[in-house]
Amino acid sequence: MKVGRFELFAGRTLLLALMAFTILPFSSIFLTALAPSNTLPRGFEWPAEPQWGNFVLAFKQAHMPALLVSSTFLVLAIVPVSLVISTMAGFAIGLLRIPGANVLLFLFVFGLTIPFSGIVIPIYILERAVHLYNTRLALVLPLIALYMPFAVFWMRAHFVNMPAEITDAARVDGATTWDLFWRIHIPLARAPVSSLGILMSIWTWNHLLLALVLVEDPTMRTMAGALGAFQGHYATDIPLLCAGTILILVPTLVVFVLFQRQIILALLQGAVKG
Amino acid sequence: MYAVFVLVPILLTILYSFYHWNGVGPMTWVGLKNYVSVFQNPNLIETVFNAFWLVVWFSFIPVGLGLVVASVMHRVATGRFGAIARTVLFLPQVIALVAAGIIWGWLLALPGLINQILEAIGLGAITRAWLGDFDWALPSVGVIGIWILLGFCTVLLSTAMAKIDPALYESARLDGSSWLQEFLAITVPLLRYEIGVCLTVTVINAIAAFDIVYVTTAGGPGNSTAVPGLQIYILAFTQRAVGLASALAVMLMALVIVIILPIQRLNREVSL
Repeated sequence: MKVGRFELFAGRTLLLALMAFTILPFSSIFLTALAPSNTLPRGFEWPAEPQWGNFVLAFKQAHMPALLVSSTFLVLAIVPVSLVISTMAGFAIGLLRIPGANVLLFLFVFGLTIPFSGIVIPIYILERAVHLYNTRLALVLPLIALYMPFAVFWMRAHFVNMPAEITDAARVDGATTWDLFWRIHIPLARAPVSSLGILMSIWTWNHLLLALVLVEDPTMRTMAGALGAFQGHYATDIPLLCAGTILILVPTLVVFVLFQRQIILALLQGAVKG
Repeated sequence: MYAVFVLVPILLTILYSFYHWNGVGPMTWVGLKNYVSVFQNPNLIETVFNAFWLVVWFSFIPVGLGLVVASVMHRVATGRFGAIARTVLFLPQVIALVAAGIIWGWLLALPGLINQILEAIGLGAITRAWLGDFDWALPSVGVIGIWILLGFCTVLLSTAMAKIDPALYESARLDGSSWLQEFLAITVPLLRYEIGVCLTVTVINAIAAFDIVYVTTAGGPGNSTAVPGLQIYILAFTQRAVGLASALAVMLMALVIVIILPIQRLNREVSL
């Protein structure tokens, strides 16, 4: 394919400019995080004496060990349960086509459009009534439920596209529905299940609104929720705030770089099918 | 579980919206009065207008720009450079919105990078605390939205573009078509479905925005960046006006559906 020299140059310049637009903010907070604590540096300058200790300080000030335990607990409590439920539901709706499958599907698709802020009030009042408020369970239960529209939809899309021959062949060999699910289709669904798991882990880590509303103690919140509280305390100490922010976003960036392909594919397919 | 935490709350939100209630005391039936208040209180109805403004920034610009960027990539960066560009542009999508908010809160601050750049290119006169400025706060929040969503749109559209039959482009190029002609005659029409998807996702993001606004401006200065998601939170959890907050929440959910439906309808016609 032939593309003009000028066009090649202009196009690549545009792409480079946009990449700079994306990267510069990250570099700016990184440099700021190295400035002496409690000073107000410029947005972009290499500090005279880089204060690597800021990261250690932020790590301690933000109660990072407790937070890591808390967020890990949340992810471990939410993601496996969501995966089991959504896989089974997706299987039932997409492959078995149980009676009422279309109604169920519609309810879940409808759920995809509901903003969290639309239903946070009743959840809060409900949880106060049953004394779940300010416990870790207060986040686990609603988040599992709120991920379900996407998760079920996503798994259904996988099962719907499985060739019917596989199911028919297994049936002929006398497989029960459970065999079919557990021994045939689960092993085949490994890829979509793991992508979904990665996505939901990142979402949990990054979730703010419910953490803010349902859990008072910042050390029991999600990472994003804790960062919100940290910002409240250290709004004036910019270098420390930047260091804390970096600590919290590095894990998601690492996960992203490791599982890039899966994450991008998952987000895109989820969106297109949704 | 889905029923308890999603479907029932939707109904309860609608129910609460007809009451005057502080969350603990007795509930008084007030009918549609809460909705009337939303419309009559300039501070509340302004949040809805702000949400529409954010749709332009969070949705139209990233989708439009994403379309251009994806097609540029398709022409001049098919190999490794394109792959790297896609990864880099996608980065903001995976970090917490709170983190994005804090990062940009600092960039847009008085001593931040944005003002530093402006000074460097001789525009020192227009530097300001962007997020604290009545006229500029909302567009500034909008720029954050572009930063976050551009990568998502670009990658989604460029994946779809890769599936378009290359023969179409080749024959167009044999006829000597320019980038613009290709773009308008082949790319945009064939990607209508994906464009619809992008619009749907980003519009929901815009109307339901909470995290970024909460972190960067908390709705200020004044009321200039208040959006429904944030206002619901403030009304319900700091002012204890549960009924009013619920009415706004119902309107927010209705708004999303009203805007999404035509886009979806358009999609369906295309796929037929």
